[in-house]
Amino acid sequence: MIPEGLRYTKDHEWAKPEDGTVRVGITHHAQKELGDIVFVELPEVGRTVSKGEEVATVESVKAVGEVYAPVSGEVVARNDALESSPELVNKDPYGEGWLFVLKMENPAELDELLDAAAYEKLVGGEG
Amino acid sequence: MGTIYECGASGRKGTSLPPLGRSEEEILSFIPEGLRRKAPPWLPEVSQPELVRHYTRLSRMNYGVDTGFYPLGSCTMKYNPKLHEELARLPGFSGLHPLLPEEEVQGALGVLWELSEYLKGIAGMPGVTLQPAAGAHGELTGMLLFKRYFEDREELEKRVKILLPDSAHGTNPASATMAGFKVVSIPSDARGMVDLAALKAALGEDVAGIMLTVPNTLGIFEEDILEITRLVHEAGGLCYFDGANLNAYLGRARPGDMGADVFHFNLHKTFSTPHGGGGPGAGPLAVSEPLVPYLPLPQIVRQGNRYALDWDRPKSIGRVHPYFGNFLVMVKALAYILLLGDEGLREVSNGAVLAANYLKERLKKTYKLPHDRLCKHEFVLSGEGLGEGIRTLDIAKRLIDYGFHPPTIYFPLIVKEALMIEPTETEPKEVLDAFCQAMEEIAQEAQKSPELLKEAPHRAPVRRLDEARAVRQPILRESPA
Amino acid sequence: MTEYIPHTPEDIEEMLSAIGLKSLEALFSDIPEEVRRRYRPLGLPRGDEEKVRRHLEGLAKRSTGRGLIPFLGGGIYDHFVPAVVNYVISLPGFYTAYTPYQPEVSQGTLTWMFEYQTMICELTGMEVANSSMYDGATALAEAALMAHRTVGGRRVLVPRSLNPQVREVLATYAWGAGLELLDVPYSEEGKLALEGVPEGLCALVVQQPNFFGVIEDLSGLKERIGKAFLIVYVNPIALGVLEPPGAFGADVVVGEGQVLGNPMGFGGPLLGIFATRGEHLRRMPGRLAGRTMDAEGRPGYVMAFQTREQHIRRERATSNICTNSALCALAATVYLAALGPEGLRRVALLSIERAHDLASRIKMLPGYELAFSRPFFNEFAVRCAAPEEAVARLREAGIAVLPPGLVAKAGLDGAFLVAVTEKRTEEELSRFVEALKGEGYGDDL
Repeated sequence: MIPEGLRYTKDHEWAKPEDGTVRVGITHHAQKELGDIVFVELPEVGRTVSKGEEVATVESVKAVGEVYAPVSGEVVARNDALESSPELVNKDPYGEGWLFVLKMENPAELDELLDAAAYEKLVGGEG
Repeated sequence: MGTIYECGASGRKGTSLPPLGRSEEEILSFIPEGLRRKAPPWLPEVSQPELVRHYTRLSRMNYGVDTGFYPLGSCTMKYNPKLHEELARLPGFSGLHPLLPEEEVQGALGVLWELSEYLKGIAGMPGVTLQPAAGAHGELTGMLLFKRYFEDREELEKRVKILLPDSAHGTNPASATMAGFKVVSIPSDARGMVDLAALKAALGEDVAGIMLTVPNTLGIFEEDILEITRLVHEAGGLCYFDGANLNAYLGRARPGDMGADVFHFNLHKTFSTPHGGGGPGAGPLAVSEPLVPYLPLPQIVRQGNRYALDWDRPKSIGRVHPYFGNFLVMVKALAYILLLGDEGLREVSNGAVLAANYLKERLKKTYKLPHDRLCKHEFVLSGEGLGEGIRTLDIAKRLIDYGFHPPTIYFPLIVKEALMIEPTETEPKEVLDAFCQAMEEIAQEAQKSPELLKEAPHRAPVRRLDEARAVRQPILRESPA
Repeated sequence: MTEYIPHTPEDIEEMLSAIGLKSLEALFSDIPEEVRRRYRPLGLPRGDEEKVRRHLEGLAKRSTGRGLIPFLGGGIYDHFVPAVVNYVISLPGFYTAYTPYQPEVSQGTLTWMFEYQTMICELTGMEVANSSMYDGATALAEAALMAHRTVGGRRVLVPRSLNPQVREVLATYAWGAGLELLDVPYSEEGKLALEGVPEGLCALVVQQPNFFGVIEDLSGLKERIGKAFLIVYVNPIALGVLEPPGAFGADVVVGEGQVLGNPMGFGGPLLGIFATRGEHLRRMPGRLAGRTMDAEGRPGYVMAFQTREQHIRRERATSNICTNSALCALAATVYLAALGPEGLRRVALLSIERAHDLASRIKMLPGYELAFSRPFFNEFAVRCAAPEEAVARLREAGIAVLPPGLVAKAGLDGAFLVAVTEKRTEEELSRFVEALKGEGYGDDL
């Protein structure tokens, strides 16, 4: 169930390389752990972030998940649809539930992330 | 569920007031026109019988200690003696203005002084402030005392960290942060106690102190308590004790003898004052000798037969309450201490610990008990493994159908699917037995008919409520139709 | 056994045997022996209900101030409390419950919280109100912290005409959080005199009416401070006739809700009012009830936006508050429901009327004058040459006012403060004036 071709972090973010940028979201496992998502706080477009920096929060009724930048770069887009429909993160975490897009500073950072197999090992097959 | 706004009719009223002496216009002329209210606030218009029926109906949709067993862990939902309510309503207490001169409020100052003295004795510590209005307010006050202490010693610059066991109440880290400290988490070991090696590694010149809950939120007494406080003191730090769990050793041990520098009481827990649907409580502090000079202003002192306010305390952190704290709550706590005496105080912890261990021993046959050892006034079970897809939330909701208030759930965070059970000393054995039986039956239902749990409660005023909807589509006030 | 602890010797024995222990002592073997050995009792014998009652009644009687007529305010006021208020808050379903963590068995509490939030929004002209803080002072302090979190900046403008008790609490919190309080003076007429707006400002505090009872003009203030928060500290009774702060762009409205159906109680418990604009919802402290639906589609209430709170967000919570002033907020709810819009207006008008009656009679006495000329609500400062003697004279007549020492804390010397509520009778007003008359008082101001 863990999509191939994406990169993953130990904190359960996914990063999808798209021609110099990466699209970022949280994994199926992360949204399941959180439960019904009721609120997503996204970074401003134009903000520069470093790898590992907290850039967004995803809230359910009784938990808060921090989202860290998987790579360094500038925020070039964010998923404003989540403001009115945060449940998209539950319904389609790898698709319509994406959070933001980063323009990479150093594409080599991508290689430091987990691949699907390594992430699957981390979460025990439940992506 | 109708609100009061759905009752009544235009023009109705629930009480009567004297007439005005002159016309409204004349009175309003005292207020500049631009500052006068243009439209009246939208408030209910109900007759008194309608009002009483509405709130009586609402009160019956609530579960309280007077309704039945309320084993909400860490909240000490013991019986609230009725004598206390009468005493707190005496005009000499409830009708007293806090800014009257000292000589006119000697009795009220007497209440404060007597309670302070008893709390010092119970804590085994030399200083007390009664100002904090709740436990968390006490924590913040305690953190501010730490701050002033280190400021006075010119160590505040470097001592920026507060150590917190991972089993701490959520208020602890929030309180430390409000006082400007940085929180560092200390893991628990396999026994459910502070990991001494981790504590030693974390201690240093940058540590202002530690916040401990004793016994901790697993209901386990820190057996190394003397070693913990010694280590922290040796490193130049201070020890804060969260006293929410004092019911575990009231009349048997004193935090001052364990190395506490600040200890907060929850009068609404240990000392039986009612929880009021969320408050008011009271969170007095006891402090060790080095912290006495920093206590909030004013202090109550006795001079011969007279009580006075001591304002001459130049090192004080200042006020944390505009007056003396939640005075009427203190009246109730004082009455409780006077009625029980030393013997009764000890019977409180005897009864609370006996009841908790009794429930634990019975329930561990059916439920997972992650830390199987002597507990104090409460213990933590796990709802894991009860049945396919059954979660602790389902067990809690099903308990409602059996006529019990659920325990605290999903806390502490270090136990998966936690059920934190605190029976208190005021429950008869028959009630404890009935609760065990309900828990056992629920465990069987989890196997045989899990839908009974998944869809519970069945017998409450409402079915399970959609909490996500309340945030996704927030409605936080009534609106005119 | 006591009347509150039901375990008989047989119960104890059965329970101990189920646990596998021989004595109650053994239940405490995990407390270090050294600690147990150091224990010292209080030396307090067991009491009984009558003995405890006698003792506390004795203390209650020792406070001579209970018999004085309170023309004493300064933040706590002697308003009429309808009997129905105490009846409702004494219903066991309300006062013996705790925080509504389990909404299915807490609909009573959650429903009145929702009603209360509605009423506070209506009074203040704000969009969201929480379900209570400890008191007005800590509500104000929390508002300042929220302003800092929201707009940055560490400076808070605080009027000299803010209640000194409240200011002292604010100062303690501000020191803890590293905020700086800057004074705003008041004019000779007694109103706020905002001059410059400093760099790094996160909030301007205004008290309405101010400590001296003077009604402030809130218009134009928000415009002058820009992004910084306009925090208005109110007397909610006054909002029965005053335009709500929401209409003047306030960001947060806080206040002391004791006046709404709660006794003076020697200053506690109190009720902290806290309301703000919808856009600041996620940064506000305190509990919120929200309406939702149950599994069968029926309306019901839950605690909403709990992720702001300490039990979830821990060190990053909007506040550490947990236990609040719920039962005092219920008293306020029932009080406002009993009064209705007309009753609240009447209480405010009666207070104004009687305060102005008394003030105009005092003004006519030679040697006495009002300290300020601006319009006031139900409290006013009286200046005379020998205020301490005037206060002593009032005391002899069985009347309490706020003495000069406490008024001086707000920078006004030689004056005492008089508060008048709808409870003060014509006879009491006359007694006040007669007491001041006496020979030679204040003749040469």
